Amino acid sequence: MSTRFKEALNSGEFVITSEIGPPKGTNIEKMHHHIDILKDKVVAMNVTDHQSSVMRFPSIGGCLAVKERGGEPILQMTCRDRNRLALQAELLFAYTRGVRNVLCLTGDAVPVGDHKEAKGVFDLDSVQLLRTIRQLESGKDLGGNDLDGAVEFCAGAIVTPEANPIEPQLLKFEKKIESGAEFFQTQAIYDLENFAKFMTYARKFPVKILAGIVLLTSARMAKYMTENVPGIFVPQSLIDGLAAAPKGEAINKGIEIAGRMIAALKKDSICDGVHVMAIGREELVPDILTAAGL
Amino acid sequence: MKSITKQKTFDEIKEQLDGLDKVFIVGCGTCATMTKTGGRDEVLGMKDRLQELGKMVTGWTVIPTACDEMTEVALKENSGAISSSNCILVMSCALGVHKISCYIDRPVIPALDTLFIGLEDEPGNFHEVCAQCGQCVLGQTAGICPLTACHKGLLNGPCGGTNKGKCEVDITKDCAWTLIHQRLEAQGRLDLMRKYQPPKNYQATPRPRTIKIA
Repeated sequence: MSTRFKEALNSGEFVITSEIGPPKGTNIEKMHHHIDILKDKVVAMNVTDHQSSVMRFPSIGGCLAVKERGGEPILQMTCRDRNRLALQAELLFAYTRGVRNVLCLTGDAVPVGDHKEAKGVFDLDSVQLLRTIRQLESGKDLGGNDLDGAVEFCAGAIVTPEANPIEPQLLKFEKKIESGAEFFQTQAIYDLENFAKFMTYARKFPVKILAGIVLLTSARMAKYMTENVPGIFVPQSLIDGLAAAPKGEAINKGIEIAGRMIAALKKDSICDGVHVMAIGREELVPDILTAAGL
Repeated sequence: MKSITKQKTFDEIKEQLDGLDKVFIVGCGTCATMTKTGGRDEVLGMKDRLQELGKMVTGWTVIPTACDEMTEVALKENSGAISSSNCILVMSCALGVHKISCYIDRPVIPALDTLFIGLEDEPGNFHEVCAQCGQCVLGQTAGICPLTACHKGLLNGPCGGTNKGKCEVDITKDCAWTLIHQRLEAQGRLDLMRKYQPPKNYQATPRPRTIKIA
């Protein structure tokens, strides 16, 4: 499927995507505000799907808002909350409404979220969801039945270059490519040297890679992430830099770090673009891009 | 087969026994004895607690294996005490509760929650190894069931939540796919993990599951 996002990926330009987190509730003003800030600054915007297993306004609803406001949405779909019927149905709906980019995710586990007693579905996994998209594109559903009108999507997935151990993740990365992933957005990376090593390997495959850039807002947050979030490693030098910032200035240091990383990735053409995640501080994304000289 | 059970809270047992004052207690000499949830000691402990609560315990027994055919005989041997009761409190897994329900015309109340079918790796330490899915994949996964041992039951490799070989849900638990990867690598069979696994057939044995063996 050719979409604005896919055209950008194929054009050879350094592609910038970002992320919108739908609200918990019906007050969608802030989400609209973030969409309006980002729509002309980035090529496309992911809309998260009950991020961290916290129940929110749905990803598809956020994607429609992005479309309505002139942006290019990437529908994040996790396998946590829907079985194969519901996932396929949502793909049919998304297609008819012009949402044509999908990021296929397994989804966080239910107990990490705010409905800890809920049933985790995981009827499909991310690899199977990618294949489901390709199956629907062939005009048949997962049951082998004919569709009255097929779909077409630009489909992607995620990879964690800092995972420990990395080998099982790389094996799954290759399975995702074999199953139809066209692009990857990575988990947050902070160690450019290690990421460059990953890219040397990833370049062997016909996929586009956007490096995940998560804004560090304080030394405490950086330390927490490196100690607790799977697949994230923040080098001590960055944590020290944030800690040394004058009171109230750590956020600016975080913006500077993110900008510097993006600029370095672009300068040396290490990857095909970046996926910038400001996690609730989306209004700072333009500042990060400015700091990157973009 | 080892059916792993845990005793319900006494409050829940009390609530289930509301209005039922004459109780006959049944324990099980097999799995529930091994897990110390429904053996002789636990049955006697329950008897004392119910009596303290003001219930009348009309009798008790520990059936050798509550889920097998001898259960009917064991219940008949105790028919006097059972007929004086107005309910049976069963300290076995759900299989025993079900079996006893087939022979008794009065309320059969479970005192235990049945958790899983598991193995004991070291004394007192049980873990689930099989989810009884009806389509065994252990041949491709080096003897570790991803449907059971992976929190999300993933079939095509680990999620991004795994860290240093542990699970995102509980860092004391191993990531099943890290273990599978290690074992397959040691066996020189990593190709098995590279192979795409299609979505699971959840109707391999349709529920409610039954089978007739000729």
